[in-house]
Amino acid sequence: MPQVTFKVWRGNKDGGQFTDYQTDVTEGMVVLDAVHQIQAESAPDLACRWNCKAGKCGSCSAEVNGMPRLMCMTRMEDLPTDQPVTIEPMQAFPLIRDLVCDVSWNFEIKTKIKKFKPRKPDAEDGTWRMVQDDVDRVQEFRKCIECFLCQNVCHVLRDHHKHETFIGPRFIAYTAALEMHPLDTEDRLADLKDDNGLGYCNITKCCTKVCPEHITLTDNAIIPLKERVVDEYYDPIKKLFRMFKPKK
Amino acid sequence: MREFTTHEYDVLVIGAGGAGLRAAIEASGSGVTCGLICKSLLGKAHTVMAEGGMAAALGNVDDRDSWSTHFADTMRGGQYLNNWRMAELHAKESPDRVNELEAWGAVMDRTKDGKILQRNFGGHKYPRLAHVGDRTGLEMIRTLQDHGIHQGIKVHMEVTVVELLMEGGRVVGAFAYEREHGRFIVFKAKAVVMATGGIGRAFKITSNSWEYTGDGQALAYEAGADLIDMEFIQFHPTGMVWPPSVRGILVTEGVRGEGGILTNSEGRRFMFDDIPDAYTSSTSDNEEEGWRYVTGDKSARRPPELLTRDHVARCIVREVKEGRGSPHGGVFLDIAWIKEHIKDAEGHIKKKLPSMYHQFKELAGLDITKEPMEIGPTTHYVMGGIRVDAETQMSTVPGLFAAGECAAGLHGANRLGGNSLSDLVVFGKRAGEYATKYAKENSAGQINNDQVNKIANWAEAPFDRGDKAENPFTIQSDLQVMMQDKVGIVREENELNEALGELEKYKARAEHASADVNRDYNPGWHTALDLKNLLTVSEATARSALLRKESRGAHTRLDHPDKDEQEAKLNNVVRKGPDGAMQIERVPIPPIREDLAQIIEENK
Ligand SMILES: Cc1cc2nc3c(=O)[nH]c(=O)nc-3n(C[C@H](O)[C@H](O)[C@H](O)COP(=O)(O)OP(=O)(O)OC[C@H]3O[C@@H](n4cnc5c(N)ncnc54)[C@H](O)[C@@H]3O)c2cc1C
Ligand code: SF4
Ligand code: SF4
Ligand code: FES
Repeated sequence: MPQVTFKVWRGNKDGGQFTDYQTDVTEGMVVLDAVHQIQAESAPDLACRWNCKAGKCGSCSAEVNGMPRLMCMTRMEDLPTDQPVTIEPMQAFPLIRDLVCDVSWNFEIKTKIKKFKPRKPDAEDGTWRMVQDDVDRVQEFRKCIECFLCQNVCHVLRDHHKHETFIGPRFIAYTAALEMHPLDTEDRLADLKDDNGLGYCNITKCCTKVCPEHITLTDNAIIPLKERVVDEYYDPIKKLFRMFKPKK
Repeated sequence: MREFTTHEYDVLVIGAGGAGLRAAIEASGSGVTCGLICKSLLGKAHTVMAEGGMAAALGNVDDRDSWSTHFADTMRGGQYLNNWRMAELHAKESPDRVNELEAWGAVMDRTKDGKILQRNFGGHKYPRLAHVGDRTGLEMIRTLQDHGIHQGIKVHMEVTVVELLMEGGRVVGAFAYEREHGRFIVFKAKAVVMATGGIGRAFKITSNSWEYTGDGQALAYEAGADLIDMEFIQFHPTGMVWPPSVRGILVTEGVRGEGGILTNSEGRRFMFDDIPDAYTSSTSDNEEEGWRYVTGDKSARRPPELLTRDHVARCIVREVKEGRGSPHGGVFLDIAWIKEHIKDAEGHIKKKLPSMYHQFKELAGLDITKEPMEIGPTTHYVMGGIRVDAETQMSTVPGLFAAGECAAGLHGANRLGGNSLSDLVVFGKRAGEYATKYAKENSAGQINNDQVNKIANWAEAPFDRGDKAENPFTIQSDLQVMMQDKVGIVREENELNEALGELEKYKARAEHASADVNRDYNPGWHTALDLKNLLTVSEATARSALLRKESRGAHTRLDHPDKDEQEAKLNNVVRKGPDGAMQIERVPIPPIREDLAQIIEENK
């Protein structure tokens, strides 16, 4: 049973430091197990979030050796253990304590995006018909577990702190899911362009790289939406049409 | 009185899983103010982890299905200890609740003609589970969450309720702390809905998260409510067993629904060896017929892997005990074998069971499209809980309602897979509706300052334990081991008595559970406070298990291996006695309505 050193960020919004902890690492262990072991053995007040321990709830986001990860899906076997493993909180949000940050901004953003508005039911009994292909397409985004790791790495938020004017990749994909929903009739393009800051994204693809659900945020959500905005708003003929056309 | 932040609502919902969210949507949509509290962030409740699907007799895949078959299946699965009226309402209303989710934006897998697709699950006669791959719970919770946030519900995230506030016998609010800084909050409410989920953290091997410490059941119990059927805890047959750190994590029944088979170390499909009498006519006795069933042949009978969970779990325990287990003390669950029948088996498995594929790939380094999984039983669900009125979901305490896993009645002695997600929305809606009605008919109560001060002092005590201080994590983990050993899958009188003795010692130890540093987001402190609830539900389970001298559904007694006619007529009810000690009473099950009895008979 090798003992491994963990450098864990301890602190709050006023500051903090890395603290070293040693704990045994056994076969199959993930980083979250190590954090729990440290809690149980030597630091019961070490703050961290978790729920499912199986990559399904998106609670345990953190940065492990500088990489944004779900702690419950990061196996110790995949990390070099001859040197200390660093664990620190996400950087794009204010810190509450230790590994826990204040992600409430994300929940506020969501309330500002226009909600789902279905077309009239297709059948007499009030139900709808859809084809599986459309379901699969929109499910790519609906499988998001709201871990906010993509938000955490996006430079527009992380480095430029545009939280006021940019909703971030998670909520662009959320909008995309609503826009591509086979039954939806709402139009969210104007909001995306004007209030939600779609233009800030310069397609660095950092968000796609960290998504634990392997959602291709940039290629399948952001770029198609950017193209639609261009088509709708910057194509002179479309522009003219829009003046006469009722909303979809 | 010390000053605390106070919030006031007509209806206060405690818990933001499927049941709580559905209740809050109902209340806020009916013209009353509604607050919603949860221990974690919104959208992270257990509901998000549900995999296989949501049972409703839509009849989209097999039009022979109907509410009456669903009702009969639920009763048979629950071994007739169910509250039959709840089982009736559930079977009748779940199709509407599923369609309603679609109207709110849920996107589920489809049949060829564009309707909601349904899959096979244990104990359900027809393919009945609406689903999206194997992450149906995520779809449900996200749909309710995204619909709910536009309804004017005030959500209090990361807030934990530690006691219900009472005026006389009626509930008038709740006392809580917020995790961020550990500040106390008083909630005043005309009606309270409990939707706090289960008790799985009382056991060592569990599919449940830190949240499942039985808070709702214990808080209701302290407020004077009856708990019913607490001996019935579902051990899901298929949890991961290897590596050790993931032991207990769930492997969805959907794997068997898609054709997965159980084998022992000799390669034998041991589920064929023991098929209970009630199921012989509906279960295939050969592999070929079983396969035809999972591929949709309506004339075929189901494979024995799809028998009810209690039975499958017992068969696995038997194989392991008799030396035919897998290397790490489980048995094998094999979905890869379907390549004998299907051309693109690998693609099919990844499509139908994507999160299982990832779970094993990433946590166990195993490719389920190529190799069998090792699995064994894990603590999963509590059938027992707060005793409620079938129509209104009101508990035996005025003003206190309950829905979802923390309420009891629907599932009897054993829950069928998929019947929980539908339970949440059917009875979540009802709880919200009747809590609203209650709130409209009653004025706000008076908060009792003494009660508030007392509970605030109690909650602060872990910071001041002196030299007898004990680490709360150690107490919790010792308790889990003890419960797993003595009140686990198979039980007997001696061990249950020992457990009750041990629980007294744990109560004393819990008084010393300590916390230090400060109250800011301090998991040690939270764990220390949760112990009280865990101990209450553990005791309720042990006492109820001791009293039921038979084996039925999820309750297996080595010393009483058979069913008993007399026991079949009784539910166990636990409540807090006037002296503060736990009382247990046996109450007869009300005679079933004639037409429902007939339905059961016809479906036998
Ligand atoms: C891995 C897994 C897979 C499953 N798969 C299926 C399936 O396929 N089909 C099916 O039908 N069922 C399934 N189940 C069961 C089902 O998911 C649960 O029974 C159901 O989701 C419970 O929902 P709920 O609304 O009652 O509670 P939960 O969703 O657990 O929500 C409980 C809520 O109460 C809050 N809470 C608890 N205590 C307090 C407190 N003291 N103060 C404030 N808030 C509190 C929590 O924070 C949480 O928000 C599965 C369960 C698991 C664990
Ligand atoms: S691609 Fe756009 S949204 Fe994604 S990280 Fe880069 S800038 Fe941010
Ligand atoms: S899109 Fe991916 S990274 Fe972003 S919140 Fe969702 S799951 Fe997490
Ligand atoms: S604990 Fe749920 S994703 Fe890690």
